[in-house]
Amino acid sequence: MKRVLLFLPLIAAVILGLVLFAGIGKDPTTLDSALIGKPVPTFSLPDLQNPDRVHDESLFKGQVTLLNVWATWCPSCRQEHPFLIWLSKTQGVRLVGLDYKDTRPEALKWFKDLGNPYEVTIFDAEGKLGFDLGVYGAPETFVIDSDGVVRYRHVGVVDEKVWKEELSPLIEKLRSGTS
Amino acid sequence: MIRLLLTLLMFVYVGSAHAEAQDLYQFKDPGQETRYQELISELRCPKCQNQNIADSDAPIAADMRDEVYRMMKDGAGNEEIVDSLVARFGEFVRFKPAFNARTFLLWATPAIAVLIGLLAVAVVIVRARRRDREGAPLSDEERARAARILSGQDDRDRGTDS
Repeated sequence: MKRVLLFLPLIAAVILGLVLFAGIGKDPTTLDSALIGKPVPTFSLPDLQNPDRVHDESLFKGQVTLLNVWATWCPSCRQEHPFLIWLSKTQGVRLVGLDYKDTRPEALKWFKDLGNPYEVTIFDAEGKLGFDLGVYGAPETFVIDSDGVVRYRHVGVVDEKVWKEELSPLIEKLRSGTS
Repeated sequence: MIRLLLTLLMFVYVGSAHAEAQDLYQFKDPGQETRYQELISELRCPKCQNQNIADSDAPIAADMRDEVYRMMKDGAGNEEIVDSLVARFGEFVRFKPAFNARTFLLWATPAIAVLIGLLAVAVVIVRARRRDREGAPLSDEERARAARILSGQDDRDRGTDS
């Protein structure tokens, strides 16, 4: 009995080590979205290119969608833009843009200069939908299922690694679940 | 001297910037303002993670302050305001996490550690007391020998002494 007690500090140290080791490599600045498993918040916002057209949450019903939150003032958005163009051209995924706290002329110029990867772009000048989605730093990308329910959020630039490891497998899973 | 002046100037500038930021909202009475200040100092900025939204300059913190102010004006209670922000940004924004199954260990660890410590101390004390009360027990043989020594009949001991 006494001998076993002698090993207690060692056991405690090993457990503490395991707990701390599990935290290594985790990025504390990426937070899980509070909206996962919940429907997209209700909204009513104009289209970026066609101001008379108004979008609401029904935009996300019917098929799996990638909702990309971006803005012209966001340098990382410029960085991820070519990859989004590639995604829309080659991967057959539905991309919806949310132009967040931006101005219309600058956003339209962005499309003219860099191309438009989005099927539609919601124009959120005051950042209202962004706020309701818990967006805290553009770019952010949400995976939304065909029922309009948020399934995943990626904070930061979407690149090949993020697409292959996080987004693409989930989209495949959601698609096979619904069809 | 110049360096000292510059340092002083720096503080003057910081002071005025702070005052400007606070003048944005109008409150009917000082109680409301205190409540507002308490609320924004308890909410954590998701962007500048170790700052509360009162201190953070991030645009998202400004949006969150706006929302707190707007909800207060609409007569919402503190719980309601915090819950609405938690629903958007997650438990993360609470500097005081709610007590539930997930945060049980977070809140209870200090109490558990104290309990374990008290238990250890109690065990040590009880053991020490028991040892004192019982003394070092003698076997029957030792008892008999002790009796012989006390009555002066043990030749072997006497032999070694002389």
